[in-house]
Amino acid sequence: MAILDVNQIKKNFGPTEVLKGISFSMEQGEAVAIIGSSGSGKTTLLRCLNFLEKPDGGQILVGGKLLFDAADPATQRESEIRRKRLHFGLVFQSFNLFPQYTALRNVMLASELLAREQPDYRGNAQGIHKTIENTARELLAQMGLSEKMDLHPHQLSGGQQQRVAIARALALHPDILCFDEPTSALDPELTGEVLKVIRGLAEKKTTMVIVTHEMAFARDVADRVIFMDGGVIVEQGPARSVINHPQEERTRQFLSRYAQA
Amino acid sequence: MFVTVTLTLLRGFAITCQLFLITLVLSLPLGLVIAFGSMSRFRPLRWLMRTFVWIIRGTPLMLQLVVIFYGPGLLWQSSPPRMTAAVIAFVINYAAYFSEIYRGGIEAIPRGQYEAGQVLGMTNGQIFSKIILMQVVKRIVPPMSNEIITLVKDTSLAGIIALREIIMEAQSYIKTVGLLWPLFYTGVFYLLFNGVLTLLFGWLEKKLDYFSV
Repeated sequence: MAILDVNQIKKNFGPTEVLKGISFSMEQGEAVAIIGSSGSGKTTLLRCLNFLEKPDGGQILVGGKLLFDAADPATQRESEIRRKRLHFGLVFQSFNLFPQYTALRNVMLASELLAREQPDYRGNAQGIHKTIENTARELLAQMGLSEKMDLHPHQLSGGQQQRVAIARALALHPDILCFDEPTSALDPELTGEVLKVIRGLAEKKTTMVIVTHEMAFARDVADRVIFMDGGVIVEQGPARSVINHPQEERTRQFLSRYAQA
Repeated sequence: MFVTVTLTLLRGFAITCQLFLITLVLSLPLGLVIAFGSMSRFRPLRWLMRTFVWIIRGTPLMLQLVVIFYGPGLLWQSSPPRMTAAVIAFVINYAAYFSEIYRGGIEAIPRGQYEAGQVLGMTNGQIFSKIILMQVVKRIVPPMSNEIITLVKDTSLAGIIALREIIMEAQSYIKTVGLLWPLFYTGVFYLLFNGVLTLLFGWLEKKLDYFSV
């Protein structure tokens, strides 16, 4: 069964149709790369999945369960949206770490706040806190940041900040981890360390949606590639075949611009 | 003579400090309420708050003091106590200024900070208290320091409604015994007080140096 089903998602900003009916599904453990030029709707699609934008049409199902239906207000209650968001993680282009907290606290904060909502929290606050801290430390170590845990974001390079942000998203164990151009705000020499971490996640079969402009990375790391243009999915398929042998004229045109560059 | 003058001026300075402290304690929270009002999604409230801020910032504090002290007399033939009138005028005036500093601080926080909190499953309350608040505090400390130091000196305006703060006391030496130096001497009191405040704000800024926004 598909872990994620996106069905006919539509989104308008005023008179502009940004998403004109996007449908795709993903299996558990799959990594899907979304490529396309700026303004094609890739980022808006990710923001819809994370409920940062409310789609004007369509449904979102996770593990077969209906999370969102634009036609059914019962699925759009503000109080439930917060919980539903936890099915997804989102890594932003601009990291958005919390500047007043250390790397470690950035990763722990949300888990600690959520733990307080558990009925058994009061009895075992210290134990829960310890578990959360251990998980956070493990994640940061996995990101190659063992030495940086107690530093604040402004003391870290962009690549390090983005890796903290990835650990922060992973700490809540999302079903699907979304990346919104995770290396676009980085200097070229820093993109490698972030891409390496994402590659490592793909090898561990983390379910991921990656919006990216790194074509070689998409080809090598993603299982599947979706090419979007003008708010629709133009072409999708196995990563190598879409990028090496695109079937559609628009995909070819888009990819040829990268080949020249 | 020097001792007598010092003691008299100290009595005036006690009034100055009293006006300063009460104004600060009341206008800091009131400013926050006005700031939230002026950022409200409810248009009439936002419009009302911004008009209020416009009027208060657009007219002299001295005029506001006079209106609040003498205004009630026109209607009911009685004036409020001088200190009460001064406190009301100062609190309203400074709350308006503080609200603009708060609003600037809150609006300067990038949207990505809110969104990062949202996708991590935080409630709006948690996002404000755990993420936004400290960043706003850090941003507003320098402009607030400035404004608070200005408040110390602005208290002298209360002399217009004959509140016996330190400048008023010093001026009466000119009128009664023709002594000018007590007026110059008041500067020392202001300098010392603002010196302490400057150190305090410097310490606070240093305390918040561990992160950058």
